[in-house]
Amino acid sequence: MHTDTISTSKLSIGFGRHTVVANIEFTTSPGALVVLIGTNGSGKSTLLKTLAGMLKPISGSVKILDGDPGKSPRRVAYLPQHPISSHTLPLRARDVVAMGRFANLGLFNRESEEDKRILNTSLERTGSIEFAEKPLRDLSSGQQQRTHLAQVLARQAEILLLDEPTAGLDINGRKLVAELIASERARGVTVVMATHELQDAENANTVMLLAQRVVSIGPPEVALRDEFLRECFGFTQPH
Amino acid sequence: MNQIFIAPFVENENLRLALLASMLVAITCAIAGTFVVLRGLAFVGDALSHGVLPGIAAALIFGVSGIIGAAVGAGVMMGGVNLVTRRYKLSSDTAIGLLFVGMLALGVLITSSSSKFPEDLDHILFGESFAVKSSDLVWQGFALLVVGAIGVIARRPFLLMSVDDGLAQTSGFNVTFFQNLMMAMIGLTVIASFQTVGTLLVLGMLIAPAATGVLFARRIPSMMLIASVIGCVASYSGLLISFHFELAASASIVLVAVSIFAIGAVATEIRRNRNLRHDELPHQHEHTHAH
Repeated sequence: MHTDTISTSKLSIGFGRHTVVANIEFTTSPGALVVLIGTNGSGKSTLLKTLAGMLKPISGSVKILDGDPGKSPRRVAYLPQHPISSHTLPLRARDVVAMGRFANLGLFNRESEEDKRILNTSLERTGSIEFAEKPLRDLSSGQQQRTHLAQVLARQAEILLLDEPTAGLDINGRKLVAELIASERARGVTVVMATHELQDAENANTVMLLAQRVVSIGPPEVALRDEFLRECFGFTQPH
Repeated sequence: MNQIFIAPFVENENLRLALLASMLVAITCAIAGTFVVLRGLAFVGDALSHGVLPGIAAALIFGVSGIIGAAVGAGVMMGGVNLVTRRYKLSSDTAIGLLFVGMLALGVLITSSSSKFPEDLDHILFGESFAVKSSDLVWQGFALLVVGAIGVIARRPFLLMSVDDGLAQTSGFNVTFFQNLMMAMIGLTVIASFQTVGTLLVLGMLIAPAATGVLFARRIPSMMLIASVIGCVASYSGLLISFHFELAASASIVLVAVSIFAIGAVATEIRRNRNLRHDELPHQHEHTHAH
């Protein structure tokens, strides 16, 4: 049985005619965690945006749940990097999380009891319930990030595309993200996450080191070898 | 008191019609202005309000309704911005700036070509509140219904786009379509408002009440409600000031709206400082005991 949730073949990504990363090849199965690591401008966010259907591939192919990217909004959730503009909006944390149900509700459907249950569960799972009624702009950056994570969970998607979900979080927040990702994977959700932190790759099935090209790809013990890290960052991990 | 605050509107039909028209404009602007402020489209609103000028001026020359001319002007403005942004890969603010000054210059050229225009130009730019007719109210009510319907139907994509275009797109909403719909909503608001407050001052009604709403509201519907109430209060107070002191009506309305924002901003600042002091008090208390 064919169970690939994401599959790419000779995929080149970028903006317009400008290629950022070429020849990306990987497949994922349900419950997999793929971690994209690289410096700023290495192509992590560009790859996530391509998988989310926000950027068209320059060449090659990419399939998401056997369809084209962007064609299954109810099944694929995306967390953008630093959604800063929301910080000035008059929105309570609860309203921001409720936006996670919009893909299912469309323009006209009313929020059901099931939607409200999912909303509250997402707030509880991220520890956001305690500040759910507060305006987003009055929250700390860590609390705001938790709120945005709750929004992604509220999507109840089969694939999560997370752009630096641990940004702005303290050690407890990072632990929470790791736990949330683990529990989502346990229910068969595929997670693709961009990060700067090597620790985030510990439990990954696949790690992709990016530096405007694929430096290495494979399980953490292979992709994070010293020679690849040196090539990507100019330093290696302390042993 | 009655003679100052109520009687002018009871005894003067023009003033009564002006109040009704201004309130319709205020509520329409509150709905559209909420999204203008949330999405950061103030410059687009400014450009659209000036972009309709050549359309209205041309309509006056050809003896066509100013509303039709304004609609054509707004359409050319929005189409031009889209074309320049996509075709020449320029940033949207550059495209808007180009079209803005181009349309404004064209409007001034058209109006300077006729001797009858100085007075008309004044009316176009600053409105003609006291010349509102009952038929204008019907048109403004229709515009309010359309803008309100768009605001309700498209509230979810508009809200997502205010946070991040990517969120809207990955939630299954066509960002290009809804961006154009939002522009059309702003365009319709400008067209429906120009007779009452003028093309120059309509931006004040779009921005000032909605910006005040941001200061106090915790939710988008409350922001719209606050903006509507402030817009209506500004309309009433502005017309009253204009009537008693023989000042320009639209300028008085907009100045009251901006003044309410200024008062609101100061009040918010005072409240924030008071809260900060309150937060610091327990520490000061502990500090005193330590000594």
